[in-house]
Amino acid sequence: MIEYNKLIFELSIEDRIGYSLPDTKFNNYNISDLDEVFLRVDNPDLPEVSELDVLRHFTNISNKNFGVENGFYPLGSCTMKYNPKINEEIANSRNFKRLHPLQPIFTTQGAFKVYYDLQKILSEISGLSEFSLNPYAGAHGELIGLMIIKKYHESRGDFHKNKIIIPDSAHGTNPASVVVCGMEVIEIESNERGRVDVDFLKETVSNRDDIAGMMLTNPNTLGMFEDDICKISKLIHEAGGLMYNDGANLNALLGKVRPGDMGFDVMHINLHKTFSTPHGGGGPGSGPVGVTEELSDFLPNPRVKKMDDNFYVENSDEAIGQISSFYGNYLVSLRALIYLLTLGKENIKYVGRYATLNANYIKNALKTVYELPISGNCMHEVVFNGLINKENDVKTLDIAKRLLDYGMHAPTIYFPLLFSQAIMIEPTETESLQTLDEFINIMHKIAIEAKETPDKLKDAPTRTPIRRTDEVFAAKQMIFSYKDYLNYIDKRDN
Amino acid sequence: MFKYFAHTKADIEKMLKSLNIDSMDDLFDELPKEVILDSDYDIPSFMSESELRSYFEELGNQNKELTLFSGLGAYDHYQPAVIDAITSRQEFMTSYTPYQPEVAQGTLQYIFEYQSMIQTLTGMDVSNASMYDGTTSTAEACFMAAAIRKKDKILISRTLNPNTINVIQTYLKFKGLEWDFIESKDGVTNLENLKKKLDNDIAGVVVQNPNFFGIIENYEGFSEIIKDNKSLFIINADISTLGVLKTSYELGADIACGECQSLGMPVSFGGPYLGYLATNKKYVRKMPGRICGYTNDLEGNRAYVLTLQAREQHIRRSKANSNICSNQSLMALFVTIYLSIMGKRGLKKVNNLSYQGSHYLYDKLIETGKFSDPFKKPFLKEFVLETSLSHDLIKEALLENNIFGGFSLASFGEEYENLINFAVTEKRTKSEIDNLIRILEGLS
Repeated sequence: MIEYNKLIFELSIEDRIGYSLPDTKFNNYNISDLDEVFLRVDNPDLPEVSELDVLRHFTNISNKNFGVENGFYPLGSCTMKYNPKINEEIANSRNFKRLHPLQPIFTTQGAFKVYYDLQKILSEISGLSEFSLNPYAGAHGELIGLMIIKKYHESRGDFHKNKIIIPDSAHGTNPASVVVCGMEVIEIESNERGRVDVDFLKETVSNRDDIAGMMLTNPNTLGMFEDDICKISKLIHEAGGLMYNDGANLNALLGKVRPGDMGFDVMHINLHKTFSTPHGGGGPGSGPVGVTEELSDFLPNPRVKKMDDNFYVENSDEAIGQISSFYGNYLVSLRALIYLLTLGKENIKYVGRYATLNANYIKNALKTVYELPISGNCMHEVVFNGLINKENDVKTLDIAKRLLDYGMHAPTIYFPLLFSQAIMIEPTETESLQTLDEFINIMHKIAIEAKETPDKLKDAPTRTPIRRTDEVFAAKQMIFSYKDYLNYIDKRDN
Repeated sequence: MFKYFAHTKADIEKMLKSLNIDSMDDLFDELPKEVILDSDYDIPSFMSESELRSYFEELGNQNKELTLFSGLGAYDHYQPAVIDAITSRQEFMTSYTPYQPEVAQGTLQYIFEYQSMIQTLTGMDVSNASMYDGTTSTAEACFMAAAIRKKDKILISRTLNPNTINVIQTYLKFKGLEWDFIESKDGVTNLENLKKKLDNDIAGVVVQNPNFFGIIENYEGFSEIIKDNKSLFIINADISTLGVLKTSYELGADIACGECQSLGMPVSFGGPYLGYLATNKKYVRKMPGRICGYTNDLEGNRAYVLTLQAREQHIRRSKANSNICSNQSLMALFVTIYLSIMGKRGLKKVNNLSYQGSHYLYDKLIETGKFSDPFKKPFLKEFVLETSLSHDLIKEALLENNIFGGFSLASFGEEYENLINFAVTEKRTKSEIDNLIRILEGLS
């Protein structure tokens, strides 16, 4: 089969249509009645295609994607677990998706109950007091959480508290969120155990009164549990700061320990990781933010409240303000609640255990050929630093690309930044022993290939819809649209 | 046993044995004992699939689907069946951010097509891969202007939707930037007031078109004055309207931003939606979010990749202009499919049908003598009126007939308390509109 490679614009035939719209009902009116000063001069260059053209086009390009149902997706820090079908079925019911966000609240009580119950369950799982589901994504949640921390200090007159401590293993969004929130980052180095160095932290915060808080991912991005967490929280609290938990790795903790009990005051949860909502090729996610009771007045507007059996909406002046059009990515929240009720308290406690068992099983099976920079039990993910045998200069990138040839998605690579050849593997709890064994076998096979036929890795992938891409060309030519593309072809050919 | 966990007892034993441990709990021996949970979470018990279906059906029945005659940022346009059919494909829905382009060309290609469509609708040079929603994309546009002009103040027109104003204010306040408002006059941005407030500190000026009142503003002369002041012109527009209205580029925008919900997305109780952001190529390196670019693979095949990543947080960390990581990728697919189906004619027709229905309703309501237009300005699909009737009475009467419309703007602030909003899309039939008129006519 010849690989399909057309753009939708290239299927366009003048006068072909794919839509079905009602006939004009009111001939007395026409948009051309508007003064031409308001009207665009040219028609937009949108394609003119039939309904079947559209279906074939997108079906064909979808076949170039790799989804969770295609095969193993061990992307570290992304928690690519199975996205249940029942979530989709229910979230697609018209009783939820046809609701206008401003329609009278007594016509949307069921929708508010979903919001309220989910925030309640998240609060219980986190050991915190209340959640807002309004933040749209993990990074958005970080920003909103930091706004709450800043507002808390300002409410106490502590305007000088504007430093946030972040370990060097943190996701890039952490320091970026701090700066967007108008605060400053103090980055601290991880110790040789891949964790926060408590003595160094103590030194860092001593004699300072400008510490607003600390952002910590626990387990951290090396997949290691910050075992000094209680001491860390105490130190930060004594310095007058608040503890922020980046909940990206919450999956490992489900059923074992609650962030609030470890001293965290604020956190966000990635519903698209821990609670199984689809990643959608990069969104929509959802990043609910939870806080202790002391901070709950600062949660963003609008807030969903309950009195007796009725739900209502509250906007308060004490809140940090409004951070979204309405109630966040509502239909994503709905999916997360369905998932949580599917598991229930009886099953959710195994999530962290199985995810951790799976990661340790992989770690143990691969540590003889892949360099394990940090020893000890990992949590839900394991980080290697490339192959132990470096002789043929096979890089992590080559290993990742070769995995694609074997029908598996690549792990996260070159993150965290602490190791030059980082490979971060997160199997999640939904994968079977047989899948893990298959992955392990392939990783061993790749290690042998690295030794015996390294070109196979450096040329990989060869069995995917396309080969390795020219990223320099993309950055240099800056072709971001079909219009740019036509200009480029025109210039190239003349 | 549970359907989302594959492990059997024997599997677990085998794995524990390979790790030389007796229990999964041994893997957690580094957790401080004092915080380890010793009981189940206090959350509901599990439900079977059938129980879940009934439970959520019952919850859903506590909601009421209404015929929508108000908009204010969420519009009831038609969604071609093709959209759900394609967006529910697991290849699109369950995949991750396309960081491995060899196995993500599907996602990357539709992002490229999405960017192309936003490009041609706005007329700007370059669109990113999408933002969370129209309010946050506008706030990010303000950050962009501040970063480009290295100035700290934004001027915001009072005719923006207050939701957008609120979000901009929250973002600016915490970032430590300043803002001031351009007053409105007769429902539109006052040019004289803008002139008065433009000074050396102004990084950008934000307006909305059509504005909060549904009015299509005449922005002639704005861009020249703003550019003379070396500030950037930021125009927020409901993207659907750009199928017929002057493009952001034609109005002289430096940054175009706004909401895309009207392109194929259900109203969804407020989300997920999608914000667009587009600008001139010279500002692309200050643009937040993912950008997809065309390239080749090493065999010369067409390929698409995420590019200019040196702008983004995962590379620049605390030096990045924005903390944004994800886009609303799947919603960008909604937009791409919708615009493919509608094409240039369809989008024009949608706008024309909405224009016709809304103008018919407007004229009929004015004829009743119970409604008046304080502004008398051109509009497209949405308008506001004053009325001698009580807003609550209108709300109740319409609700009795399962209609949401005539939304009172009082909840947006005292200054709007006399106004009610109507929106008419191509989905509203003549009999629905006549019914609405009949109900309102009968009120006193």
